[in-house]
Amino acid sequence: MVKINIDGKDYEVEPKDNLLQTLLSLKIDVPYFCWHPAMGSVGSCRQCAVKKYADEKDTKGRIVMSCMEPVVDGMRISVDDPEVKQFRANLIELTMTDHPHDCPVCDEGGECHLQDVTLMSGHNYRRYEYNKRTHKNQYLGPFINHEMNRCIACYRCVRFYRDYAGGRDFNVFASRNRVYFGRYEDGVLQNEFSGNLVEVCPTGVFTDKIFKEHYTRKWDLTTAPTICQNCSLGCNIIAGERYGTIRRITSRYNEKVNGYFICDRGRFGYEYVNSDLRLREPLRRGQASGQLEEVDQKTVFNYFEKLFKKNARFLGIGSPRASLEANHALQMMVGKDNFFAGVNEVDQRLTLKALQILRESPAEVPSLRETENADVVVVLGEDVTNTAPMLALSLRQASRKRPLELPEKMHIPTWNERAVDELLQDERGPFFVLTPTETKLDDIATATYRQVPQNIARLAQAVAHYIDPEAPEVSALTDSEKALAKQIGDELLNAKQPLIVSGTSLQDETLLEGAANIAIALKKRQKTPWIFLTLPEANSAGLALLDEKNLNMAFEKALSEKYDALIVLENDLYRRLETDKVDKLLDAFEHIIVLHYLQNPTTDKANLIVPVGPFTETDGTMVNNEGRAQRYFQVFYPGDTIKESWRWLGQIMAKGNLQKERTLNNLDDFIDALIQDYPQLSAVKDAAPDASFRIAGQKIPRQSHRYSGRTSMQAHINVSEPKPPEDPDTPMSFTMEGYQGPQPGAVLSRYWYPGWNSVQALNKFQIEVGGGLHDGKPGERVLDLSAKEGMSYFTQIPEPFAAQENNFLGVPLYHIFGSEELSIHTKGVAELTPKPYILLNEADTEGLGDQVKVQINDRTVELELRKTTVLPKGAAGLPVGLPDMGAIKFPVWIKISG
Amino acid sequence: MFSILRSIWLTLLHTFSKRFTIQYPEEKPKLPARWRGRIVLTRDPDGTERCVACNLCAAACPADCISLQATQDEHGRRYPAFFRINFSRCIFCGFCEDACPTYAIQLTPDFELAEYDRQNLVFEKEDLLIDGPGKYHDYNFYRVSGLAIEGKDKGEAEHEDPPIDIHDLRA
Repeated sequence: MVKINIDGKDYEVEPKDNLLQTLLSLKIDVPYFCWHPAMGSVGSCRQCAVKKYADEKDTKGRIVMSCMEPVVDGMRISVDDPEVKQFRANLIELTMTDHPHDCPVCDEGGECHLQDVTLMSGHNYRRYEYNKRTHKNQYLGPFINHEMNRCIACYRCVRFYRDYAGGRDFNVFASRNRVYFGRYEDGVLQNEFSGNLVEVCPTGVFTDKIFKEHYTRKWDLTTAPTICQNCSLGCNIIAGERYGTIRRITSRYNEKVNGYFICDRGRFGYEYVNSDLRLREPLRRGQASGQLEEVDQKTVFNYFEKLFKKNARFLGIGSPRASLEANHALQMMVGKDNFFAGVNEVDQRLTLKALQILRESPAEVPSLRETENADVVVVLGEDVTNTAPMLALSLRQASRKRPLELPEKMHIPTWNERAVDELLQDERGPFFVLTPTETKLDDIATATYRQVPQNIARLAQAVAHYIDPEAPEVSALTDSEKALAKQIGDELLNAKQPLIVSGTSLQDETLLEGAANIAIALKKRQKTPWIFLTLPEANSAGLALLDEKNLNMAFEKALSEKYDALIVLENDLYRRLETDKVDKLLDAFEHIIVLHYLQNPTTDKANLIVPVGPFTETDGTMVNNEGRAQRYFQVFYPGDTIKESWRWLGQIMAKGNLQKERTLNNLDDFIDALIQDYPQLSAVKDAAPDASFRIAGQKIPRQSHRYSGRTSMQAHINVSEPKPPEDPDTPMSFTMEGYQGPQPGAVLSRYWYPGWNSVQALNKFQIEVGGGLHDGKPGERVLDLSAKEGMSYFTQIPEPFAAQENNFLGVPLYHIFGSEELSIHTKGVAELTPKPYILLNEADTEGLGDQVKVQINDRTVELELRKTTVLPKGAAGLPVGLPDMGAIKFPVWIKISG
Repeated sequence: MFSILRSIWLTLLHTFSKRFTIQYPEEKPKLPARWRGRIVLTRDPDGTERCVACNLCAAACPADCISLQATQDEHGRRYPAFFRINFSRCIFCGFCEDACPTYAIQLTPDFELAEYDRQNLVFEKEDLLIDGPGKYHDYNFYRVSGLAIEGKDKGEAEHEDPPIDIHDLRA
């Protein structure tokens, strides 16, 4: 702690940050543009000027840029000095000379950092009489709108896109006031994090194109804190609604998980909640027509009552996309033995193995954001950019961890980005990418290894054996593999904080075992490594914690025992199992009841469809890949037929007296029931405040104090306003009524603070800039770690891969846009989704045309042939999850013909 | 006694003073142009919709009786997809006119807004839009603003230089 004097007042501060960050942490308003907490200082915008005095006698002082100034003991500065205020006002006036006078039609208007700072510095009239320079815009793809005239040349975009996110197709061109930020030519931005430009840009140069299609001002959005459903990382997001549809998703700061950013799939892949395929009313298959017909809620309850009266046997299939509460509600209803996790045998086995490794291996499990602090990274099999995109962004930062020791040695503070960049250039720390084909992290890799999953697992085992000779030995390694194993082993042993990344995407258990063995070996050599494993879906971990059985078992059981009704929870079985198997499973039931929000091939087969809400219309808890339980909150009230799955199931149970003396009315009741049945999940309750939480006796409003149109929005239907809906499940209200002061971090749903309308208001909600949130809750870990370090080496080592004649080993490939089930309903995502294809090594493609017939799991499909030199010979890359690809059971050997 | 007589006298005198009350509805009151009555949406001098759906009127409205949805044509010109004012809630404060950056929303001297059915006081865009520019004859937002629309590309607004060619090395 050092003492500094600001405008005559003494403060005790930690001298670790630059002066600007320190001032903002002290909640002192200082205008700035180019500084960003995640990207450091470059001192280019000259807006954060303050006066610095030499000592107590110095009355004149000198103007310095606070973002470039280290905090030292006894420092005397002034933020309010008239001269420095004038300096800032003059600069903003210059910045604004070319600004295009289009705030009313700018999507950033009302949440614009430039507006805030202009207001803060007092400039309001353009005195400059000459013409404005103009620029032409570029087409940047389906997600990002470009309006270059609004630019103030802070360089944040290019620093984020190139330096932070590793993009290459975006840059700064020209010089002085002609400076231009864009691509070399029009085209889709190639980086998976391009959506963050919208938030990083202090003005409206980059805006959200999907949001533009149904634009709403920030103050008019009903917002709630929620969790991204598009991969297993569980990034925190804010969803905003207006007139009954979700308008946009923005990142929500979580100091443990995603930090400041989210990926493009998370930001833009939400349109399915507004889709025409949404199921909004209960549907029952008419006996006469055989078609699904709209019915009322009472019919749904009657349907179940009849089944209860007959003492029908139910079989329940859960979902890795549904909340813990929803899955548990179904489990309560059908009984534990009749409830099955709605994932196939491979996915479930891998998820359970991953959880076992997280619980029992000696490795520690970092949070997503903590992985940025690893100095040696080994990626085993996982193409993280496409399976868990935000992890790729974190790992990119980790690759700078080792090189950052150099500036520290030279007493250059790491926040001084320009100096650090000059010093390090493209220097990266040890980073190994072991995947079947190229990944977007290859540019920062020390070494890559391109092999099929089983060979990657073998190499991992070889690394473990190199680190600790007691680990099982791998035979028949090539010399280059031995050398690579040695290189990786040496770097891991040399590391301060080694990180092993793997996951379930390659559908190969031995990879996870290899990762675990490296961790065990390192522990034996007195290193505590980090291990980070990605899982298939948003709540895969939660579902596996509730039930270890799988869909294949359900299939067996349904065919061998007599069941009357099947209940499928928020799941499309046709994505989990081969079509003929699902058909057979569904045929075994007289009653097929599906709870879902979107029409899909499974709902098409249903006798009764119960409409439930997607994540934006429901509350619940998800467990992410590191075992963190996080609550997501309903954004708006969708009407009384769309309910949470758990609420529907609770009401249905009440009809059959199945509640077992429990009251199951609101979310907290269901969480209590969950914890009663699964005491090890007790942390779920602490993941977020419960419905009784109040500030000054008031609920937290989902709408801002300036929410407009309250008495007009519904007036065309009825001029008398309806009673606002109540929320019995959360500490939030659906209206603007409630506590309008700063929201507590645990239910923070918009960044707004007097004078700070843009996302930069976030500084006011953080205890210190870049740290935790005031009254925040970054979720709770639920994994039971009592058996930690109880794991011994996995001894099964797979055989080396041998290419076969006319027979190819299928290797799953993933696409950030396309592999995920629901994000594809966003138009832009569908546009960027590749057509189904098969990837082969060039050497294997002799005699094959552009279109080939491929035989996968007893069916033949025609696919486009793509060639590569990277994928090993004898392997065939198959994109997973794309529409028209169908469910593929791995491992699979496929036959290809011209 | 005296005060009563005085009051009667004064009242009598008033019968000869000028009348303020007019015989409405037979006789219509003369109201100044800036009287704050029924709200209209005006058009640009060239006849296109002036409202750019910026939402500022709705934000300024203390009765929260304005709601609208922004949309844009294929050239990027923004306009309201719907624009609704609930006159049964409107207090005719004129804040919306004050807030409007394009002079689109204006209050008129028409105060005759009585309806038998409250529902009829909900006005949609078609009901609000008039054919002329209202009180402000010349202002055209898109001619001043840097946003490109059909017929006005980048660099063609007032006080704008032609767009820069960043590949030009001589500049």
